Amino acid sequence: MQIALGPLLYYWTRERVFSFYEGIARSPVDIVYLGEGVCARRHELRLPDWLEIAGMLRAAGKQTVLSSQALIEAESDLNHLRRLVAEDGHLVEANDFGAVRLLSEAKRPFVAGPYLNVFNTPTLAKIASLGATRWVAPIEMSGAVLSDLQASRPAGMQTEVFVFGRLPLAFSARCFTARHFNLQKDTCAFKCESYPEGLELRTRDGKPFLNLNGTQTQSILTYDLIREVDEMRETGVDVLRISPQAEHTAEVIAAFASRIAPPPDSHARTALPAGAHPAGWCNGFWHGKAGLARIEAAREEAVQ
Amino acid sequence: MPEPRPIELVCPAGALPSLKAAVDNGADCVYTGLKDNTNARNFGGLNFDDKSLREGIRYARERGVKVLLAVNTYPQGASWQRWTAAIDKAADLGVFAVILADPGLMQYAQRTHPQLRLHLSVQGSATNYEAINFYHEHFGVQRAVLPRVLALAQIEQVIRNTPIEIEVFGYGALCVMVEGRCALSSYVTGDSPNVSGVCSPARAVRWEQSADGLESRLDGVLIDRFGPGEKAGYPTLCKGRFEVEGETYYAIEEPTSLNTVELLPRLIDMGVRAVKIEGRQRSPAYVAQVTRVWRDAIDAALRDADGFEVRADWTAELRKLSEGQMHTLGAYYRPWK
Repeated sequence: MQIALGPLLYYWTRERVFSFYEGIARSPVDIVYLGEGVCARRHELRLPDWLEIAGMLRAAGKQTVLSSQALIEAESDLNHLRRLVAEDGHLVEANDFGAVRLLSEAKRPFVAGPYLNVFNTPTLAKIASLGATRWVAPIEMSGAVLSDLQASRPAGMQTEVFVFGRLPLAFSARCFTARHFNLQKDTCAFKCESYPEGLELRTRDGKPFLNLNGTQTQSILTYDLIREVDEMRETGVDVLRISPQAEHTAEVIAAFASRIAPPPDSHARTALPAGAHPAGWCNGFWHGKAGLARIEAAREEAVQ
Repeated sequence: MPEPRPIELVCPAGALPSLKAAVDNGADCVYTGLKDNTNARNFGGLNFDDKSLREGIRYARERGVKVLLAVNTYPQGASWQRWTAAIDKAADLGVFAVILADPGLMQYAQRTHPQLRLHLSVQGSATNYEAINFYHEHFGVQRAVLPRVLALAQIEQVIRNTPIEIEVFGYGALCVMVEGRCALSSYVTGDSPNVSGVCSPARAVRWEQSADGLESRLDGVLIDRFGPGEKAGYPTLCKGRFEVEGETYYAIEEPTSLNTVELLPRLIDMGVRAVKIEGRQRSPAYVAQVTRVWRDAIDAALRDADGFEVRADWTAELRKLSEGQMHTLGAYYRPWK
């Protein structure tokens, strides 16, 4: 099994992004997804900057993938997508079927991203025939359904699962961070840059619930499948996706790496850092439950 | 059959009485679903079995109205056959078209029933013409329903760059999130539009009177709280009041309905082929009233686009019927974003 770092979902300053990926280059991650996938207005980094980071990561032995935007509305969004498709020598993660169309026409192999809603064998076979060499399961998919799908997956198709981070639950045309400041998206003043981990939304009884990240809505709980790693290995999952967080990302990668290839002395195993789950954790989707559910039993058993 | 109209009015039918109400009040098309999770309005007591669908198709056909069947959830795992059976049934009973979201299912429909017309559901999340043309080229899809996220100019851009028909939402409950890209409901309840055909399902709703007011919860999560005199709405989870940095407000969206009747001349002029009314879960009386208003409005816009004015009685009627009795133009009006 390999470890992937998913695309950065937050809006950070250029310096912070470069410094973050310099740290990632030294971590035991195998694959790094790069690019702005949440909001086309974010501009701290342009495509040449992402390509520069890709070059640095490749020099450190990492595979790099350019992620396309999940919500493509305007012609300018499509033009950006066309530039990604034209970047020969880079694998692209397709996050909508417009990207799939352009990549398959260009006869480029691609990664089918988690927002394509690949839920069954015929759809998986279809995207394989179009050039997908890896697919990322939808976050809502349970381990049991995934296991059935694995039995019939096309030859040469790698399977990737979102295993750690705040869950990207929804996309909208509306920016909820701008809305919090009574601003419209077109004149948003880039308020999301002030929230490097998103903006916490609580219920009226004071319980942390969701995380507003511009046009994206995330879970406030950190999805964490570290104790399900063995189960995923048995299911034939090839790649585990960790989603970048403002703190501790490299340590989380190290903990998963230690789980994948445990050191002979179990006491030498790297644990998740304290603070890896700022508002708590959940693992419900994998167990076929509500996403926010926390299935303790599976974890206790796995801890043994 | 009468001449096809330049813009079709597509109305919801949760059951046979609603279908008849839509047909009798001027719908051009009526869309339906089966009694299971193969469609995105999988609500108790709703939808059609073989007998009622057959009767509905007969009733509509005799009056020159088309019946569509939504099979627009994503089949998973061992239950694949339930979805293909729904497609087979649609073909056998002679519906005008099926409304699909899942590419695997589109491929099945195209191969097994090449004569069956396919529409891309809003759950397919196709927000640009490259995506729409993908479904056209690979599966012969003939119409796409656009997610409620595009501004008018963006819709126009889509229409200019695709050979297939475009249908847009005109009226009804408003999804703030891109349809097909929202797992909020399954995050809280385990059931979502994509996989179960429901959002914020009734079985998860609890009302409780507390010292702070009337509380609505969805599987334990507090969605809103209402003081005396406040109108308590259904706890759709994106339409509750939440607290962000100490401020309590509708952080995602107000409980409001989409109403685009004033945009009709623009939509017609752009070449929008059909306008959809949301609400298969609503009553036959609702369907009758909304259909009647929209029929009148479309006819007026077709008669005289330049002189088109939204009549006060239309607005009053629609306002009575909408969620929270508030209206919005949604994403069609750019500042909404």
